[in-house]
Amino acid sequence: MKRLSRYRRHKAAGPFLMILALLAIGTTFSVASATVKQAPNAFARSAAIDEGKQIFLKGCSSCHGLNAEGGAIAPSLIGVGAASVDFQVGTGRMPMADMSTQAMRKKPVYSAEQTAALAAYVASLAPGPAIPEDSVLNYERDGNTAQGGELFRNNCAMCHNFAGQGGALTEGKYAPTLMGVQPKQIYEALITGPQSMPVFSDKTITPAEKLSLIKWIKSAESEPNLGGATMGRIGPVTEGLLAWVLGIGMLIGIAVWLTTRAR
Amino acid sequence: MTPAEKTIGTVANYVDERIGAAGWVKKSLNKVFPDHWSFMLGEVCMYSFIILLLSGTFLTFWFDPSQRDVIYEGVYAPLKGLKMSAAYASTLDISFEVRGGLLMRQIHHWAANIFMAAIVAHLLRVFFTGAFRKPREFNWILGILLLTLGFVEGLFGYSLPDDLLSGTGLRITSAIIQAIPVVGTYISFFLFGGAFPGVGFIPRIFTLHVLLIPGAFLAVITIHVMLVWYQKHTQFPGVGRTEKNVVGHPILPVYMAKAGGFFFVVFGVIAFLSAIASINPIWLYGPYTPGQISAGSQPDWYMGWLDGLVRMAPPLETHAFGHTVSWNILIPALIVPGIVFTGMALYPFIESWITGDKREHHLLDRPRNVPNRTALGVMSVTFVMVALINGGNDIFATNFSLSINEIMWFSRIGIFVLPPLAFIITKRLCLSLQRADRDLLLHGTETGRLLRLPHGEFVEVHAPISAEKAFILQSHEQATSLEIEEVDSRGVRRPGSFKNKIQRRLSRAHAVAVPKVTDQELKEIEHH
Amino acid sequence: MSNELTPNENPVVQHEPRATDTNPKAEKRAEQQVAILFGLSALGSILLVYSYVFVTKDVFIFIPVMGNQNAQQLGIGIGMAMSLFFIGMAAIHWAKTLMSDTEVVNHRHEFRSSDQDREEFVQTVKQGVAGVQLGRRKLIKRSLGAAIGLFAVPPVLLLRDLGPLPKKQLETTNWKPGTRLVTDPGNRPILASDLEVGAVVQVLPAVENSDERPLSDIAKDPVLLIRLRPQDFQLTPEKFAMTHDGIIAFSKICSHMGCAVALYEQQTKHLLCPCHQSTFDVPRGAKVIFGPAARPLPQLDITVDSEGYLIARAAFSEPVGPSFWERNSQ
Repeated sequence: MKRLSRYRRHKAAGPFLMILALLAIGTTFSVASATVKQAPNAFARSAAIDEGKQIFLKGCSSCHGLNAEGGAIAPSLIGVGAASVDFQVGTGRMPMADMSTQAMRKKPVYSAEQTAALAAYVASLAPGPAIPEDSVLNYERDGNTAQGGELFRNNCAMCHNFAGQGGALTEGKYAPTLMGVQPKQIYEALITGPQSMPVFSDKTITPAEKLSLIKWIKSAESEPNLGGATMGRIGPVTEGLLAWVLGIGMLIGIAVWLTTRAR
Repeated sequence: MTPAEKTIGTVANYVDERIGAAGWVKKSLNKVFPDHWSFMLGEVCMYSFIILLLSGTFLTFWFDPSQRDVIYEGVYAPLKGLKMSAAYASTLDISFEVRGGLLMRQIHHWAANIFMAAIVAHLLRVFFTGAFRKPREFNWILGILLLTLGFVEGLFGYSLPDDLLSGTGLRITSAIIQAIPVVGTYISFFLFGGAFPGVGFIPRIFTLHVLLIPGAFLAVITIHVMLVWYQKHTQFPGVGRTEKNVVGHPILPVYMAKAGGFFFVVFGVIAFLSAIASINPIWLYGPYTPGQISAGSQPDWYMGWLDGLVRMAPPLETHAFGHTVSWNILIPALIVPGIVFTGMALYPFIESWITGDKREHHLLDRPRNVPNRTALGVMSVTFVMVALINGGNDIFATNFSLSINEIMWFSRIGIFVLPPLAFIITKRLCLSLQRADRDLLLHGTETGRLLRLPHGEFVEVHAPISAEKAFILQSHEQATSLEIEEVDSRGVRRPGSFKNKIQRRLSRAHAVAVPKVTDQELKEIEHH
Repeated sequence: MSNELTPNENPVVQHEPRATDTNPKAEKRAEQQVAILFGLSALGSILLVYSYVFVTKDVFIFIPVMGNQNAQQLGIGIGMAMSLFFIGMAAIHWAKTLMSDTEVVNHRHEFRSSDQDREEFVQTVKQGVAGVQLGRRKLIKRSLGAAIGLFAVPPVLLLRDLGPLPKKQLETTNWKPGTRLVTDPGNRPILASDLEVGAVVQVLPAVENSDERPLSDIAKDPVLLIRLRPQDFQLTPEKFAMTHDGIIAFSKICSHMGCAVALYEQQTKHLLCPCHQSTFDVPRGAKVIFGPAARPLPQLDITVDSEGYLIARAAFSEPVGPSFWERNSQ
């Protein structure tokens, strides 16, 4: 252990740990998603639907109704599809913590299997957008960053800001940041239109274009901070603040020193 | 005589025999500059202007001010193959292919932000200390002119890269121009060289940005500084300082070393900001096309208050006789700023009309001793701040979990309610401070030491203040109001009595002050 | 003002010696400090040169708070900042501690010229003006007025060719009866069935050379297609007739200042302009419900052609985008 701790300040330590963490996440994720895929036959699927129904009755039905028909405070889930469930539950937005203006992204309440079961149950109610297969989501291979950027600026930047940092909507609602969102979840959000977001169907933004979009978002996310600290990439407001606080602040400080008599 | 002295002597002799400059150079070198940190704000403006000239010249070596379409083939991968203007492509190249180019771009932009911030800070200093009074009214107007030029120059500057944000700014600019009654549409078509975004605007504003406006800047700054030089700097009241003198360090060597050193410091601070903090990452915004937009599209900070006013404007348009007048644009974007700037430029004359004071002033006011002016200043700052906050309402909404609608309503009401409130509070505060000054002069400072008198009473020991401090506290004039008779000596109402009434009202309000300590009072206290 | 306090007379500027004036050690120390500051500046210059010449563009270093930074940019920047900043600090410190700090008094003169000068000035001007004889030479006076008046015309006139006359450019768009709606980007025609309820698409009119669209066309042509359930609409019959199967089309160019109004909230069915927060209610024909915009967004009349693709049934019935003087808004 002692020998190991010697290296913790090594310049490669950060990247090394990063790779390790990525590997760990990747492995966990692939194991998790692999368990979902182990439901090839009809029997397993119906078992998942049953399990999903149980979870639904316990965790969701008080708002969405016993048969997912919706209620006064929550919409009907009939026909929303598995993708919608996977997005809402997988990002932790559902179940909602409180009935505030909008559901927030948080730590998911349900495990990957439970989410898959819920998704299977809701998908069994009526046809709807399915969860995209991993093979479809190979954005690194099939996407085009520049095209994605153009699509992003046309369709997403008005709400999510030019760098995907999120922005304000009316009455306290907001478009969340896209940083750290899984590619699958971005795809699901596009085809299901969660909450305030409109639907971007495959006909108007083709699956290939969606992958370009994802590739651009991922490129913006991993882009090093060219030119210095970014201050949130939210435009001139923080820049002006910094010019006053740090720029004018430092200069006034030095001017005070300059004009005081030395002792 | 050392050889060096001999050489200098020869050169000096050569020059002097031809232009006879020794006389006034000697006089100039004897000039004296008083020390106060706030007197350096003007220097920050001038130095950041020089930095802007230097860094801007560097940028022009690569910048291609053209709206011609090019396909980007540079090194920044996420934009490769996209159609964009040559202006945008060359800005990308400066950022990514010229070593230190991104740094220079950021120096130019940070320097612009700091230039405008320093102008505003300098203006506030001059306003609150009354440095604009006779004989410096001309210089005040030149200062307002420089501020106005700064707005235009800044707007043109951040429009040049032709990225999505600057294009959005131009779109709004064109809408403001179009809103001008009768001629607006024509002016817009002429400026842009056709329907927005046209083909000519970027090359045209480039010429204005690098030639015409900097030229105007240079001319006005030169006169501005020469007037300061000629009229000699103002000074704060203090021991040995009067209306008839100026006390400070001589130009050679102390002031020269300090001011020269300060130039490097300003440049260093701006370079430091540019090294650690990114500004306007145009490569993320993408090239401008009018169909795209980003959330949180704001102008640079000094334009933010105008954008805030535009945002809070009521939805008013007049449709009559086949014509449209957009009050929702005209009022916030042209009429209100017009009033604000005209009012600022005229303020020295307005104040002198109210006070009837036509004397020269070289000693500065302490803001508390002129409550009305100070309150007016704080009121104006409050007005601009409310507008500025509304200009960033979407950013504030997302970062502080508020709603843009709430902030908008807060600003719509606040823009009318808060400035007068600020006026009243500031005036009260000034008078309280005057009272505190008076107490300090009469009773000295509280030492916190308690003393028990023989008969059992506790008193706090007050220590007398230093002679210097006492001098400063009593050096201001007791404000008096104008006495304007409503009727003349023969009992006839004087012409223009309405004007006189206003003047008398204002003059009385302006002269509200705590009475100064008198000799008699001081004597009484001493006997005490 | 007899009751006022007479300022105590103390015109002497007191000069207290600094540590460096009295203590040779302090003086030595200050000198060393100045030298160190100059040295730091030199160090900065070396850092700049090193970063410029030897650090390649693709090196990134991680710095806490700031994230991944380009080493070259940071090195050049910090080097430059140091090299400038410390020269300044050294000079100021030098001036403060080692140069003489005695304050000097200058006297001011009144700016008003002497009466004699003013008198002579007035005389000179009067003589000069009289020499012009403008009062006597009526003919010259009138022709001078005419010349100066006309002289102002050419410079203004010369600016005329800056741009074309507006003509009808602000009133018209490329939408004509039968123009197909195509996606932007992509330029693909759209079937009504391509849009699900809650979907939104930005479209442009199909034109001959769709890759060569001038930006001035993109500044007025974009249209936003939104699909609602037909029963959600609260429109007049004429406006409702302009929709197709729940699909409604609005100009994307804000009626306030021309930004792209594109923030569609699927749940509330509001359109928000990110520039100045004008909010338009889609089911009620983009009626303004908040913000500074004074007019609803113009609605495009759409239908489908024989192949089922969405087309415009008519051009916009009113000019799109921000208001202008010649706009007939009635």
